[in-house]
Amino acid sequence: MDKVKTIDQAMEYIKDGMTVMIGGFLGTGTPETFIDYLLKKGVKDLTIIGNDTGFPEKGIGRLVVNKQVKKVIVSHIGTNPETGEQMHAGELEVVLVPQGTLAEQVRAAGAGLGGVLTPTGVGTIVEEGKQKVEIDGKTYLMELALRADVALIKGAKVDKKGNIYYNHAARNFNPLMAMAADLVIVEAEELVETGAIHPNDVMTPGLFVDMIVEGVK
Amino acid sequence: MANVREIIAKRVAKELKDGDVVNLGIGLPTMVANYVPEGVDIILQSENGFVGMGPQAEEGKEIKDLVNAGGMNVTLQPGAAFFDSAMSFAIIRGGHVAATVLGALQVDQKGNLANWMIPGKMVPGMGGAMDLVSGAKKVIVAMEHTAKGSPKILKECTLPLTAANEVDMIVTEMGVMVVTNEGLVLTEINPAYTIEDVKAATEAELIIAKELEEMEV
Repeated sequence: MDKVKTIDQAMEYIKDGMTVMIGGFLGTGTPETFIDYLLKKGVKDLTIIGNDTGFPEKGIGRLVVNKQVKKVIVSHIGTNPETGEQMHAGELEVVLVPQGTLAEQVRAAGAGLGGVLTPTGVGTIVEEGKQKVEIDGKTYLMELALRADVALIKGAKVDKKGNIYYNHAARNFNPLMAMAADLVIVEAEELVETGAIHPNDVMTPGLFVDMIVEGVK
Repeated sequence: MANVREIIAKRVAKELKDGDVVNLGIGLPTMVANYVPEGVDIILQSENGFVGMGPQAEEGKEIKDLVNAGGMNVTLQPGAAFFDSAMSFAIIRGGHVAATVLGALQVDQKGNLANWMIPGKMVPGMGGAMDLVSGAKKVIVAMEHTAKGSPKILKECTLPLTAANEVDMIVTEMGVMVVTNEGLVLTEINPAYTIEDVKAATEAELIIAKELEEMEV
């Protein structure tokens, strides 16, 4: 199976109204080539799951600025004033989730779990509407698994089977999202021959990846 | 008297023990790393996915994808390690972080902390703060004692909480306060201030330690 696609072939699957996970942390490890394309394509009413809404000119935030997003599920919006403005104007739904909870919700979905129990958020507004479970005298919140239609992730090196190697802090949410969507598309900073990444260095096994697109370095 | 922020950062640094894994928040808490005593090696954790963080990178020497949780280019110490966001928060929630140092909008005598939103005004999101405050073994609030004269150390927080009853210690330019079952105890005082000065700048009921010590400034 040839997983290597052109950007047109891969992005064709992203439709209005879809739930899309996008990897990265303040833009580091975010597949910017895909975001460039989605800006041009103008796909709209997206629900985006990611760590943050980046900056107005970097990362996920660019889709917010371009008003292609109806809802974000993220841990932080402070670096992108546009997100806050659209939220206060009632144009954008913002669900704020503690970062560690978000990571586990995504991981749980990819691992076939219904959710996780976490102490984070107990006694705060994060607990509102959630089931509480007491174990050995400690209170936990039940946080449900979070899946997406599509995950857009980025690797520093990707081989033609989809095995991924990430650079430094660009790993962040990418390996988790690779497990948690119906369709997983990876942007390869560098596309290499199968076998060029030593199996010891593979951080996301290729089995999770459906499509590979060569991006900009 | 030395710079207020320096006094605070220097005093917090004395709380850190050799070998501690420590997470420092953005801003004043980041300065703590500059004052760690000689012979004490701490391991800095960056919640976007690594341990062994070094100082900020010099201009022109930035390394690609090597940024801290605030998006600043940083450096690495020997022995550093990268990981994904799920492991990063397993480290945090799992009790593997000895101390977290963060700022506050409000903190109260029960150890409640509010530092992530002012409803209707400023809603940056909690990022990793809720997980850090719930999970770290020791939670140290490092901040200026008042916000332009109005108390930040309260009987009870009025802003949405980051976590309930998790703060262990508050360090300001006026002194050191410890949260105990009996209440908030002033254990050290900056000799530039009197007990009355500190009480006047604090809304919380302050218990004065029997053996009140002088804060090193």
